Amino acid sequence: MEATIEVAGLRKRFGAALALDGMSFTVRPGQVTGFVGPNGAGKSTTMRVILGLDHADEGSALIGGRRYVSLRRPLSHVGSLLDAAALQPSRSARNHLLWLAHSQGLTARRVDEVTEQAGLAGVIRRKAGGYSLGMRQRLGIAAALLGDPPVLMMDEPFNGMDPEGIVWMRGFLRSLAAQGRAVLVSSHLMSELEGSADHLIVVGRGHVIADTSVRDLIASASGDRVALRTTAGPKAAAVLEYAGAIVAAAGPDVFTVSGLAAEQVVRLLGEAGLPFSEVSAHRVSLEEAYLELTRDAVEFRAVADPEVAR
Amino acid sequence: MTAGTITPHQSGQGGRGGFAALLHAEWTKFRTVRGWVIAMVIAALVTVGFGLIGQESCGTANNAACTLPLGPGGEAVADSFYFVRQPLAGNGSITVRMTSLTGLIPDRAAGSRVPAGSRANTADMHRGLEPWSDAGIIIEQSTSQGAGYAAMMVTGTHGVRMQYDYTGDVAGLPGVVSAASPRWLRLTRSGDTITGYDSADGTAWTRVGSATLPGLPSTVQAGLFAASPQFTQVTSASLGGSTAVGGPTLATGTFDHVGVAGRWTGGWRGTDIGQNAMYPQAPGGFRQAGDRFTVTGSGEIAPDVPGSGGGVDISQALVGTFAGLIVVVVVGTMFITAEYRRGLIRTTLTASPRRGQVVAAKAVVTGLVTFAVGLVAAAVALPVVERHIRAGGSFIDPVSMLTQVRLVAGTAALLAVAAVLAVAIGAVLRRSAVAVTVVIVVIMAPYILGSVLSGGVSQWLLRLTPAAGFAIQQAYPKYPQLGIDYASASGYYPLAPWAGFAVLCAWAAAALVLAIFLVRRRDA
Repeated sequence: MEATIEVAGLRKRFGAALALDGMSFTVRPGQVTGFVGPNGAGKSTTMRVILGLDHADEGSALIGGRRYVSLRRPLSHVGSLLDAAALQPSRSARNHLLWLAHSQGLTARRVDEVTEQAGLAGVIRRKAGGYSLGMRQRLGIAAALLGDPPVLMMDEPFNGMDPEGIVWMRGFLRSLAAQGRAVLVSSHLMSELEGSADHLIVVGRGHVIADTSVRDLIASASGDRVALRTTAGPKAAAVLEYAGAIVAAAGPDVFTVSGLAAEQVVRLLGEAGLPFSEVSAHRVSLEEAYLELTRDAVEFRAVADPEVAR
Repeated sequence: MTAGTITPHQSGQGGRGGFAALLHAEWTKFRTVRGWVIAMVIAALVTVGFGLIGQESCGTANNAACTLPLGPGGEAVADSFYFVRQPLAGNGSITVRMTSLTGLIPDRAAGSRVPAGSRANTADMHRGLEPWSDAGIIIEQSTSQGAGYAAMMVTGTHGVRMQYDYTGDVAGLPGVVSAASPRWLRLTRSGDTITGYDSADGTAWTRVGSATLPGLPSTVQAGLFAASPQFTQVTSASLGGSTAVGGPTLATGTFDHVGVAGRWTGGWRGTDIGQNAMYPQAPGGFRQAGDRFTVTGSGEIAPDVPGSGGGVDISQALVGTFAGLIVVVVVGTMFITAEYRRGLIRTTLTASPRRGQVVAAKAVVTGLVTFAVGLVAAAVALPVVERHIRAGGSFIDPVSMLTQVRLVAGTAALLAVAAVLAVAIGAVLRRSAVAVTVVIVVIMAPYILGSVLSGGVSQWLLRLTPAAGFAIQQAYPKYPQLGIDYASASGYYPLAPWAGFAVLCAWAAAALVLAIFLVRRRDA
């Protein structure tokens, strides 16, 4: 099976609110795809539609070319973690995994394997009701891995994790992608994805705002601007402007050059024999790039974030 | 592993899939919540336990009988009447004309409870007949209690009847007997077969019916009889039952043109048959002048009606079903509403996107678990509570082995189908408290109201609501010839056992269809 998620033209209305408004994207194997956007942007709804839990008014969502509801043992195609708190509190964590395994025709041996993978071996026989949110996230990961699926989809898996857990989760997601799986991870906090996501699907108001690799996103947000420090300001500006750049003074002997890459700036100045003490690409952080992108899409900026408050 | 195509973990291993896997998963879910397992054990315990408390015992105010004779069919019977008899050897017949049937019933003012076995004080009685007071002719296997018989009789208000072996009843000429409108009755014996005839004029005879009495001895006891059942006056009906007072009654039949054919020997002798604690008799007797007789008697020749002062209803042993049912429907409801409450239903539907099958698997698992628990509970309750009732000295009206099997399996099935109904309602309503309330109201309220209310409303409740399923626990058939108001008698239902159960099944099926439809259509 092709390890992909293909979402095309999803539209869904909840009463007066338009939750999905032409959501379209493709998740490819071998990389971690971040699914980011402010709360209410439609991330969870999109995931529920992909899993056949919610019905879309329009559009299609396919896993490896097939609708989720047509999958015979779906957990061997897609592993998902939607809500880590969705547990029967009086059932032990192991028994939670056991019934899931039985529903797929899997045995208790597979339960023991994923328990080990998720780092829960010591606590697996405890009641799920006594689990912290971080442990529940690990239990959800274990459940998602049961069927050893080529596609993984997780909604806010970093929620409630301690710093150590976050580091573990990042590494774990990367290792899953390195095995050739398609991994889609949603988050409303870009910083959580920094260092783990290779690709980003940024959404707002029910549709995709940007579908880009992390590198391209940062580059475009940085706008190919280069910081230049030189004592030969006017001459350097003339050379660079001749090559098509726009040069603006940013302080004494400091200039911002846009329209040229840093390597080109270095080469042009070198050919002209002009001195310079620093040429550096002006980089924004992933967070800044994301905020710039979603500036128009944020609907609830002034409203307290319930997921953060939780 | 390279990027691109991945082989799913277990493909090629041929693991179990489909509905069987779903059943396995739901069973794992059920058994891994300790509260549900404990609740099912409690359901079994209360089903047995409730039968052990508050059982009436022999000689208490309820007049539960200490022992009753058994008829040829094995059922408990009342066999008491005044018998004017002669032995008849071999085949033969008896023919009479009846010109009146009169009687005495207790005065209402004096109608306080008459102690069991006491004789009526005729000074406190006035003229009157019970509808089923009767007198006529009878051929009996013997004079021992519960002996097989066939009889032709005139009755208080039900015309001429042929009755045999306590449960058989065939209507003959209608109307009330009088000197102006006499009734001719005839019984003939030929081998094991006794045939009854009636006539208005002694010339034109109509065959009313015939009865085969297997093993009828060559010499039988035959002759004239009179009987009149216990008078009962219901003085109050309130929650929890009614209070009845009553006493013995008397019937007097006037016979003439008494003629016999065959070998009758020894002359006419009068005998009080079957006095016992439960059927107090008034003094009977007879007078003869040529072929003219008046016979006065009391009592009843009929199957016993348990719970009405005779023996104890065997289904009393299953009275705890009511409590067990409440527990299993709560568990059945929670089995699905707990998933909605926790959001776990999404995990379930993600693992098994065929939603109709998910609801069906939950129903099957709940039904099978409940059936197994109910089977154990009922199979234990029946003998254990029976022993307990007998230890109290009471007599339990016996039922056939087949009926006992039906009571045990039927109780288990009743619990199981009710639990399935609870699962379906839980799936429809999704919220535990609301769903549990609705399930209890839908099943238990009609049952309680049906038992407490009297008359038409209760009968319709027990016909149309899921409570109709309790009919599967009715242990004894209804006999219209007993003149019992079965609508208010406990242990009896308006529908036949399997018909009532079918009504419950129809409710469960309808609720399941609705549940599957909604669960499929709704966003999870």
